[in-house]
Amino acid sequence: MLENFNAEIPLEEREDIVICNNINKWFGNLHVLKDVSLSVKQGEVVVILGPSGSGKSTFIRTVNGLEEFQKGDITVDGIPLSNDVSDIEAIRKETGMVFQSFNLFPHMTILKNITLAPIWVRKWPKAKAEKNALELLERVGIPEQAHKYPGQLSGGQQQRVAIARALAMQPKIMLFDEPTSALDPEMIKEVLDVIKTLAGSGITMLVVTHEMNFAREVADRIVLFDFGEIIEMGTPSELFDNPKHERTKLFLSQIL
Amino acid sequence: MEHNVLNSNKHEPTKVAPPRPTTSVLGWLKANLFSSWMNTILTIVFGTIVFVLVKNSIDWIFFKSDWYVIVANFKLLIVGQYPNEELWRVWICLILISVLMGLSSGIWKGTMGHLTSFMMGIYIIIICLPFIIFETRVWLLINIAVIVAAFLIGTKQSKFKIATLIGWGLMLPIVIVLLSGFGVFNHVGTNLWGGFLLTLLIAVVAIIFSFPLGVLLAIGRRSKLPIIRYISIGYIELIRGVPLITILFVAQLMLPLFLGDSIEIDNVVRAMVGFTLFTAAYLAENIRGGLQSIPRGQFEAAEALGLNATFKMTFIILPQALRAVIPAMVGLFIGIFKDTSLVAIVGLTDLLGIGKNIISNPAFLGTQMEVFLFVALVFLIFCNMMSYASRRLENSLGVGKR
Repeated sequence: MLENFNAEIPLEEREDIVICNNINKWFGNLHVLKDVSLSVKQGEVVVILGPSGSGKSTFIRTVNGLEEFQKGDITVDGIPLSNDVSDIEAIRKETGMVFQSFNLFPHMTILKNITLAPIWVRKWPKAKAEKNALELLERVGIPEQAHKYPGQLSGGQQQRVAIARALAMQPKIMLFDEPTSALDPEMIKEVLDVIKTLAGSGITMLVVTHEMNFAREVADRIVLFDFGEIIEMGTPSELFDNPKHERTKLFLSQIL
Repeated sequence: MEHNVLNSNKHEPTKVAPPRPTTSVLGWLKANLFSSWMNTILTIVFGTIVFVLVKNSIDWIFFKSDWYVIVANFKLLIVGQYPNEELWRVWICLILISVLMGLSSGIWKGTMGHLTSFMMGIYIIIICLPFIIFETRVWLLINIAVIVAAFLIGTKQSKFKIATLIGWGLMLPIVIVLLSGFGVFNHVGTNLWGGFLLTLLIAVVAIIFSFPLGVLLAIGRRSKLPIIRYISIGYIELIRGVPLITILFVAQLMLPLFLGDSIEIDNVVRAMVGFTLFTAAYLAENIRGGLQSIPRGQFEAAEALGLNATFKMTFIILPQALRAVIPAMVGLFIGIFKDTSLVAIVGLTDLLGIGKNIISNPAFLGTQMEVFLFVALVFLIFCNMMSYASRRLENSLGVGKR
């Protein structure tokens, strides 16, 4: 899917595509992000874990400008994130986002949901956008649903459509904000399977999740958040098998 | 899909039909009207009241009243003092509308078809009324023929879709030009426009022009830019804080004082502008309600896809917001349609204004009941058509079954 980077190069030697330096954010007086610094390499899969309310969702939403932050700086794909609308829109073109509550457009068919942004933002001709959309639906396993409305689909199917919709813009980075938290248990697997195949395709991914086994399986790096700070980060085996920080141990003992 | 196996047909238990309710007229009466002493008394009391009301009404409508006042002034009530020799222009307008209605009902069927058949029903009733002059009957017959012909064309050729929509869009300016003349025909001043024609024109203009204004004000009131937001709030609260009749008086009496003699604005245009400005403020609040009902996730999803503010509003937010407030908007439009009767107070002769003039004519003394009933009937028919269209629109757009 990505033409502009070579998957042969080992992860350490690739360039950073997302760079966050000392991000600070307050909701009123509440300090929700404290000096968060994180760089993500091209093609890297970063999974963000942490207790609820630890700021991990807020952090991932600052990356594409859905949340404002007061201090620090973010660069995505070489574009600095500023208050300038054109910068924010340029970054959003390169980042796809999948939400906890799907957020499909209920008044449009699945096909329209997926083709809307490519047609109007990327200015693709309708035929090309539709062909691409049908291929993506095939990839997420629900090609037969193209002409239905979101309300006629199950939660798992809706979330897979949401993934296809984000991919339709051919983003370089995918952001997943708790993609399975709103799903019934029997539908979590179908969505995680789609995300897993995506992780193998070489696209850069930031995933906020509570699914530990999934995190261990797909992540190149795991980041642990608590109280708005990054407490620890490392490969899955470092973090799960040899946690260094006390709070990491506590968190893992509560979850595993 | 594997999880569907659980509720597939193979495991379904044997079906049992629901019990049939046993219905007979006597059984129904006993169960619903005379099931206890209390209900029996209530039934008798209200039955008596309804009987007396219906009997007296029928008695008055068919035997005591004198409908000659409507017969003699039918033309006045419908088109006011529009000159007789220019009436063909009004008929041409109606025929153009008939063409569009016929085409639309042929292309889209459904609601449009029902409304068109209903209009044809009204035409036929008018043709059958004994006092209608020959010329009117001919024009109405032409209208019916045109509707049927256009309907047949519409069912066969759906390629007229865009042409029909453009036609509806151009209808209002064409009607205005035809009615007033504008150099092409003899000029007919708006002081001669009146009756139901004027009511309809003011309402349609107010509804059409207030809509974009209302959308802009609603979006403006939610804007992040303080100047736009405060201008919108100021406008909406100012208009909503003032009675409609005050706005009409300002438009009719104060505006000439402000503008001086140099600028002449037509009385009817002033009323139309007043109604438009008034409707826009209320419409803006309705639409704002719709905008607020859209979950934040919809805005975020649109933004995350890189859609700019205009695309986000046009494709994602407004379609959902407007759909959610169709009942409220149609309610407002029906209200405005009826409120047009207020122009009678500032000296225009709409349906009610003409009615009042007729009553004060010594030749028709004591006929206010007949005139007011007729006026009420006309409003009733059109308001019901509007709310019927709204109900059908809600169903077809699936409001409330998201």
